[in-house]
Amino acid sequence: MLSNAPRLEVEGLTKRFGGLVAVRDVEFSIRGGEILGLIGPNGSGKSTVMKLIMGIEAPNAGAVRLDGVDVAGWPTHRIARMGVGIVFQHSRPLHRQTVVENIKLALLPDSLFRLIAEPQVEERAREIAERVGLGEVLDRRPPTLPFADLRRLEMAKALARDPKVVLVDEPFAGLTPGEVATFSELIDGFRRDGRAVLLVDHNVKSVARLVDRVLAMYLGERIAEGSAEEVMQDQTVRRVYIGGAIEGHAKPANAAASAAPLLEVCEVEVFYGKAQALQKVSLAVRPGEFVSVVGLNGAGKTTLFNAISGLVPYAGRIDWLGTPLAGRSPAAIARGGIVQCPETRELFGDMSVRENLDLGGQHLTAVARERQLAWLLDLFPILRERSGQRARTLSGGEQQMLAIARALMMQPKLLILDEPTLGLAPVILEQLSRALTQLRDTTDITVLLGEQNVTFALPHADRVYLLEHARIVWQGTPAAFADEMGAGYL
Amino acid sequence: MPSTARLPLILLLLAGTLGVGASAPWWLGAYWLGIFTIAYYFGVFAMSWDLLFGYAGEVNFGPTFLIGVGAYSAGLLDNAGVPMAACIVLGGIAAIVGGLILAIPALRLRGPYFGLVTLVAVLLLLDFIVIFAAQTGGEIGMMVPDVLSISTSVNYWYAFCFLVVSAAILFGLSRSALGLILQATGQDRIEAQALGFNVTKHKLAAFAISALFSGLAGAMLTFYEGTASVDQMVDLSIAVQIIIAVVFGGRRTILGGALGAMFLVLFNELLRPLGQLNTFVVSAIALVVILFLPDGVLGWLLRPRTGV
Repeated sequence: MLSNAPRLEVEGLTKRFGGLVAVRDVEFSIRGGEILGLIGPNGSGKSTVMKLIMGIEAPNAGAVRLDGVDVAGWPTHRIARMGVGIVFQHSRPLHRQTVVENIKLALLPDSLFRLIAEPQVEERAREIAERVGLGEVLDRRPPTLPFADLRRLEMAKALARDPKVVLVDEPFAGLTPGEVATFSELIDGFRRDGRAVLLVDHNVKSVARLVDRVLAMYLGERIAEGSAEEVMQDQTVRRVYIGGAIEGHAKPANAAASAAPLLEVCEVEVFYGKAQALQKVSLAVRPGEFVSVVGLNGAGKTTLFNAISGLVPYAGRIDWLGTPLAGRSPAAIARGGIVQCPETRELFGDMSVRENLDLGGQHLTAVARERQLAWLLDLFPILRERSGQRARTLSGGEQQMLAIARALMMQPKLLILDEPTLGLAPVILEQLSRALTQLRDTTDITVLLGEQNVTFALPHADRVYLLEHARIVWQGTPAAFADEMGAGYL
Repeated sequence: MPSTARLPLILLLLAGTLGVGASAPWWLGAYWLGIFTIAYYFGVFAMSWDLLFGYAGEVNFGPTFLIGVGAYSAGLLDNAGVPMAACIVLGGIAAIVGGLILAIPALRLRGPYFGLVTLVAVLLLLDFIVIFAAQTGGEIGMMVPDVLSISTSVNYWYAFCFLVVSAAILFGLSRSALGLILQATGQDRIEAQALGFNVTKHKLAAFAISALFSGLAGAMLTFYEGTASVDQMVDLSIAVQIIIAVVFGGRRTILGGALGAMFLVLFNELLRPLGQLNTFVVSAIALVVILFLPDGVLGWLLRPRTGV
């Protein structure tokens, strides 16, 4: 059913948020009956591209053409009426209406005066429900449905609008392998209907079997386009995801290797609503160790760290210094010595660099605080120069250093670093890497690092865990990782 | 939505309530008829507010702006010699116009800012009434030459019919296709837009409908009392009571608002012997309900029974 004229054409698409260029000059087209995968790590701008197409954000420049009509900058509802449908990653159906009523909603016209739906709407809603596999639960309410059925409901709502172009955000997040097969079949059905499909995901692997072509993005720009195979082999893509050639530096056996673990995570499971984010995850961190947890975005790294920090409820056991952490508040856990430097950095943007650091050192005595501050400013000299500047105005790399420094102000026994390389340019990564090396060489700090960028994560690590689809699938030394896992990581 | 098994029960309950309500003048004293009359107008205020809050998801802190515009427009027109029935209709229309003038710029704002704009609107209206005291009567209130009726029973029936008709229309709207779209826009603006609905248009429509019923109720209350008064129709404490009535009775139920309004007015009256304490007790009861039954009384009674 491949037609020749492109259904969706994107040209010169650019979006700036303040000084940050989230999307720069992106260009692609999709024909009817074709599936394009849009991939990129967190912060690469792929979600922004999706929002720009849907009109949720207005582009600063560029064109979004639907069958030749430029809809860039139109309000979302008009773009939807033009034939673009979106399947959101997180479903928020109407809870007090049944499944079939939720689908009927999507079939209603945008009219204030059509108070009673036309009779064929009911029938059409039932047909669509059957097609996506909701036939058995038509009269149930969404809160009683399993996760996969909620995703089906989102699919049904998108399908109800009979869109020419379908955008699907992370189609398989949180689904079991069996469900992934069913959903692949559904998305393949969109292709057979002659719709143009855009799948947005973190990595090539999950969408490889479904897509005709893949477009990879990084830092707002297109870095590669081609078949899934070509993109996976592409050097730039590999550098972005893995960070180039993997080098493991075997360190001399750590004296503490045999000591009792500082942190012990035992068969931890986490659910977000009905989606499983961690599945029987176990790991241990001993005093003075540098442990890296590597895995692609969406594998569950942040969830693991949030469970340790007491920010999400979990099943299983997490012990700190031999006693369980369960039941302690996040603040108590942080005061107990586990300090997390989150992926999102969470700086106080309107405060100065110095004020951010002082806040981190609130619990210290004045003398101790001055000493800690002086040490940190030596570790990150750039922060001394920027001392009076507002945190919001720092560059991405500087913000990351400030976030780490602020975490260190709390004098943690265990520092958790979640994806410090997120959205940073390669040259900044080197600076950050040097700072970590220095931190490691000059102190006896214990670090748990979560990273997608393997090259960044390996050189520092004593031990490595690989997290994939909510499970730990491998553990060992950095050298062994390069030998055994390097090729299959992407 | 009630299951079919419960439908006869609900119809019976409805017929019973209507029968008891309509026949009240034959078995209830004039004093209590007066209290109920006020409670019914208050019920319409609350139901109009719930359409906006419960369905369109917009917190309007200034329902009394709409009520006040309706009441004072009707009063001013009546003083200018316009017939009473026309004054009431024009009061409703004035409330729509005033509401739209307020909502069109305010709906562009997100989150609490919409609420703040509506709050400021009430203060502006209060100032306006006081500044133009020569025409509006200021804080004392504005006398109107006409009254609905001098008979307590007739006044009661006017209010009762108005409540029943408003409830039927607002409840019907809430269960219509429009109500479904409004709930979607209130719950997830972006998803509603992605399904092709012009969210602003639907929210403005909800605002206009809410304004119409608030304005009509304000105008009718004016002609019941013979006075348009700041204390009873515009003051922020009235706005707060309307909000409490809805949350108490049950958000997103429409009828719950009327129920809550009745509770507030009647209990305030019943507990009058407590003196100063009466409002305290009523507020305390409302607070307990809000804290422990966040879906309100009606929401709790109609909650889906799971596991049965």
